[in-house]
Amino acid sequence: MKNVLNKRNLITLVIIGVLFFVVQLLIKERIITAYMRSNIYWIGIYIILGLSLNMIIGITGQLSLGHAGFMSIGAFAAAVVLKTNPTLTGLFIGIGIGVLISLAVSFVVAVPTLRLKGDYLAIATLGVAEIIRIVLNNLSVTGGASGISNIKMLMSWPLLYTFVILTIFLTHNFKNSAIGRACISIKEDEIAAEAMGINTTKYKVIAFMFGAALAAMAGSLFSTTYYIVKPDSFGVNTSINILILVVFGGMGSLSGTIIATFIIGLVNIVLQPYAEIRMILYALILIIVMIFRPQGLLGSQELSTKLLPNFKWKRKEKSS
Amino acid sequence: MSLLQIEKLTRNFGGLSAVSNVSLAVEEHELVGLIGPNGAGKTTLFNVLTGVYTPSSGRVMFQKGDKSIELSKLPPYKITRMGVARTFQNIRLFKELSVLDNVKIAMNHEARYGLFGALFRIGQYFKSEALIEEKAHAFLKEVNLDELAETKAKNLPYGKQRQLEIARALATGAKLLFLDEPAAGMNPQETHALTSFIKEIKEKMNLTIVLIEHDMSLVMEICERIFVLDYGKLIASGTPDEIKNNPRVIEAYLGDEVEL
Ligand SMILES: Nc1ncnc2c1ncn2[C@@H]1O[C@H](COP(=O)(O)OP(=O)(O)OP(=O)(O)O)[C@@H](O)[C@H]1O
Ligand SMILES: [Mg+2]
Repeated sequence: MKNVLNKRNLITLVIIGVLFFVVQLLIKERIITAYMRSNIYWIGIYIILGLSLNMIIGITGQLSLGHAGFMSIGAFAAAVVLKTNPTLTGLFIGIGIGVLISLAVSFVVAVPTLRLKGDYLAIATLGVAEIIRIVLNNLSVTGGASGISNIKMLMSWPLLYTFVILTIFLTHNFKNSAIGRACISIKEDEIAAEAMGINTTKYKVIAFMFGAALAAMAGSLFSTTYYIVKPDSFGVNTSINILILVVFGGMGSLSGTIIATFIIGLVNIVLQPYAEIRMILYALILIIVMIFRPQGLLGSQELSTKLLPNFKWKRKEKSS
Repeated sequence: MSLLQIEKLTRNFGGLSAVSNVSLAVEEHELVGLIGPNGAGKTTLFNVLTGVYTPSSGRVMFQKGDKSIELSKLPPYKITRMGVARTFQNIRLFKELSVLDNVKIAMNHEARYGLFGALFRIGQYFKSEALIEEKAHAFLKEVNLDELAETKAKNLPYGKQRQLEIARALATGAKLLFLDEPAAGMNPQETHALTSFIKEIKEKMNLTIVLIEHDMSLVMEICERIFVLDYGKLIASGTPDEIKNNPRVIEAYLGDEVEL
């Protein structure tokens, strides 16, 4: 197992540990306020959402416009379970149920649409997210249009951090495997991928379901962070917000998505007092980025400890 | 039994018969040429043979060991798995990926782990990845591309891109190769290098090759047999000398600038 405990992995582990304890300490010393904490949770949850969508759009090149739909499945699954079982066990059960439903729904959407070449998925996902929203609006167990409120708030820095690291671990491993290579080859050239013996439908479905499952997980975390969920919070606007993270960070770049989420999280904080012009400024920033870096911040490159050993220190400062 | 047997193959596009009732056979370890004027249906024939298009009628049989397989019933990726691979007239490399990754993708079937092995890096993951890496490098050495392993495909000189596309097709483990105009757009030196490359890999890896080419000197030099398509129909087949003197072929090319 010398593969696992090499120098690079050790450095990464040390960074992960240090970042955790520094933020933990800052929270304990009340240097990070409750308001800041809520922003950190937002960033963490959206990192998971961005990374999960990156598996579908950035890695595999399949445009999905309904990611918030899968997020809402996880959000309501956790909310319902937490209502009767307001414990961490309840949260994990909720996550499990949300992930399973999300896998089933994404499978049903993916198999017919992903067999075709072209952007049928975009339209199908747009529709499915709407269907999910309408179903939730009319379902009594999930509280109909008013949704579920007073959900037990279990979110904490250790909980968030565990799930963010888990997601980074899984998406990074996915990307850097034979499965990830198959997905990337589909994005690069679907016909050539098929000619190289890649079962393109299979890998598109896998990537889509993987992304949908992670989105559901993020949705469950969302429930227990903001203690209220409404079907209308998971409309197309939310899907677009997630999409922006992927485009802004760079298609296929995991570190790009993470950095983009930090930046947008910070922008949100800075623009908080100017609610009216916030959306305009937000759009302006994106337009400027798209003009000067149409490939996104990092393109398809990754920042890694191999290239820039100091990089993750910067991340720590940003989150503190 | 021939390695590849095409039986009364037709492919229509609306009212147009791009490939029309073509029957031909290719024997193991042959290097045959497929020629014909522009729009004759050569690429379409390749597309049907490799599963990109389904035939309108007729079938394609492929001999694998002692089994006879109907290729025309399989999707492209399964045809590749049978040991049949191709290159494209307009190069289709994975442009943003390195030479090494292009080859690794062709070797993807060698991975001995599934989704959970990949996500948690358990089971055969490390062993399998190391093996693929090693095989890909060894393969690149064999086709003289190893110094370029880390170069992005799109940054390779044109001739090397063509060479990589052939190499990538081979890396799938294919024994039957379809090359669609491998020398298109090459200068004489590049064409010469490509000619010796094709000859070399054919002998070294015991391949059967079918190639489409407009460069007649190349075709006449390396092909043992030649098939001629015109308006979707097979109008002639034979040795280079027979084809050169075939009146129907000369007629088909009349008005074209190609020198036979
Ligand atoms: N997908 C398609 N839809 C409609 N027509 C097509 C399609 N593909 C090919 N054709 C037509 O079929 C005919 C044969 O085309 P093909 O590309 O096979 O010719 P070719 O022999 O490869 O020519 P070239 O030497 O120019 O590459 C042409 O008339 C072409 O326009
Ligand atoms: Mg052609």
